[in-house]
Amino acid sequence: MKSRESIMTQIIAHIFCGIAAFCAIMPFILLVIASFTDNKWATENGYSFFPQKLSLEAYNYIAVQWSLIGRAYLMTILLTGVGVIASVLITTTYAYGISQKNVPGMKVMSFLLVFTMLFNGGIVATYYNYIKIFRIKNTFWALLVPNLLMNAFNVILVRNYIKNSIPESFRESAKIDGASEFTIFAKIIMPLCVPIIATIGLLSGLAYWNDWINGMYFLTERDGSHLYTIQIILNNINENIEALRQNASKAAEIGAKIADLPSTTIRMAIAVIGILPIVVLYPFFQRYFVKGITLGGLKE
Amino acid sequence: MIFSGEKQLTATKRNKIRWKEIIPIYIMVLPGFIYLMINNYMPMYGILIAFKKLDYRKGIFKSPWCGLDNFRFLFLSKDAWIITRNTICYNVAFFIVGTIAAVTMAILINEIRSKFASKLYQSATLLPFLMSWVVISYIGYAFLSPETGMINKSILQPLGKEPINWYMERKYWPLILILVNTWKVLGYNMIIYLSSIVAINPDLYEAAWLDGANKWQQIKHITLPLLKPTVITLLILSSGQIFRSDFGLFYQMPQRSGVLYPVTRTLDVYVYQALMKNSDYGMSSAAAFYQSIVGFVLIMVVNQIVKKYNPDNAIF
Repeated sequence: MKSRESIMTQIIAHIFCGIAAFCAIMPFILLVIASFTDNKWATENGYSFFPQKLSLEAYNYIAVQWSLIGRAYLMTILLTGVGVIASVLITTTYAYGISQKNVPGMKVMSFLLVFTMLFNGGIVATYYNYIKIFRIKNTFWALLVPNLLMNAFNVILVRNYIKNSIPESFRESAKIDGASEFTIFAKIIMPLCVPIIATIGLLSGLAYWNDWINGMYFLTERDGSHLYTIQIILNNINENIEALRQNASKAAEIGAKIADLPSTTIRMAIAVIGILPIVVLYPFFQRYFVKGITLGGLKE
Repeated sequence: MIFSGEKQLTATKRNKIRWKEIIPIYIMVLPGFIYLMINNYMPMYGILIAFKKLDYRKGIFKSPWCGLDNFRFLFLSKDAWIITRNTICYNVAFFIVGTIAAVTMAILINEIRSKFASKLYQSATLLPFLMSWVVISYIGYAFLSPETGMINKSILQPLGKEPINWYMERKYWPLILILVNTWKVLGYNMIIYLSSIVAINPDLYEAAWLDGANKWQQIKHITLPLLKPTVITLLILSSGQIFRSDFGLFYQMPQRSGVLYPVTRTLDVYVYQALMKNSDYGMSSAAAFYQSIVGFVLIMVVNQIVKKYNPDNAIF
């Protein structure tokens, strides 16, 4: 009974999923090919899957400009590293705290967390608060702190993991042996939470690596450009091109500016460099990522 | 405050132990608590800005009140209606198209017997989800650029068709935005549905097969009905978010083209532009207030409705 129907199902499934997978990947292939296309050829004939003339000039330009791009790269790595560590620590400690329901005050802490998912003061007030009261404009804090450090979703993932996967008896017996709460957290809870820590660490790492919004709000070109990450540079290239388009009348100025604008293929090469680590590391972290989606997507 | 007076008198020793337990927990919660205060709760008083004529030097409290002036300006402009309509319509379209695509793919990928092929398809479709909207806007530009875009140069030109000035033509953008969004989140949603499908008891299919049900009948009468709770949960979550839009998608994809605003601008983009481009605190805070309050009310209403009909699916 390995019938025609079952073969048909296989064929249809492979065709549909194959097309979906192809469509998902294909745009990235165009991006990569575009970055290796000869700039002059690309300007005349457009970005193409089959360029007649390949060239490394875009990457050469980046190598020459490495003081700019390289610094942004280091900043991205630094931000992602610091961000992930800080975010994992603050998230797991908070999650462990609110999992201790019998400690007075923890129900309030839980509520304070969940309420942030329902209501917020909006971007205007957040911006004003950070600029005017905490004065984080053009500092490293501006990239690290706003909105990315801890989110309710990740805290709830960890809290549920602690609740469902770590038996209370582990804690009890460690307590009887005289372990302090800090020891219990560091020596028992953290090691048992490694799978979920990998997941939230990954989610926050992606968030920091991909972030351009904080840079857009809190860094200015004059005083904050030493803090630019790759994504912020990519965003600025977009903004500058728009600015040029709008001021098309100021011809002289444009002539000066166009000279240092990344040309047709270079912008694509910077984008490729920006996504390279994600693509390279993807096979290794995919497992934790999928796990995060399944844990988060289903109702606890 | 934490324990009663009698206990304090009678059981000093037990209290000591309790403190030793409690204080470390408080210390551990403290950093997160401070962060919530700074990042989420302090800005909440900032919604007052919407009712003030903000003087940046004087600060929020000392700035003069202006009643509902900011809201009057906002709602008298044509913008208020357009950004509200765009935000809601795109969310509805994204949900419908996204769900159909993801459920279809989840069902089909579940049928695939080759483990390798299945993993490969999953990995590939998930990839766009990992990328930032800036990078995706670059890819979009590679396809759509009027002068050097792949579509104009490699498809329309060889066919002898007129090139299209994509960033100036409104009629294409609803379709483009829906396609791009579906493309980005397909893998993510597909995995959520796939994990629900995998959890379905195989005996059900066995029984159906013995009764002579074909694949299509099995999908129609077993898989789809059992996926309904997952779809409903996701529907609740996204209807609570119907007043929010993915800022990156609507800000980056259209390359900030002003001509396209009537079909691409959503509440979040409007608030950003009023604040950062025009430094118009009044207008942007009024729009942000409108978004926060209506969003909050919507979540409450949806949750109440769900609680009434299906308490298990309610969020709180």
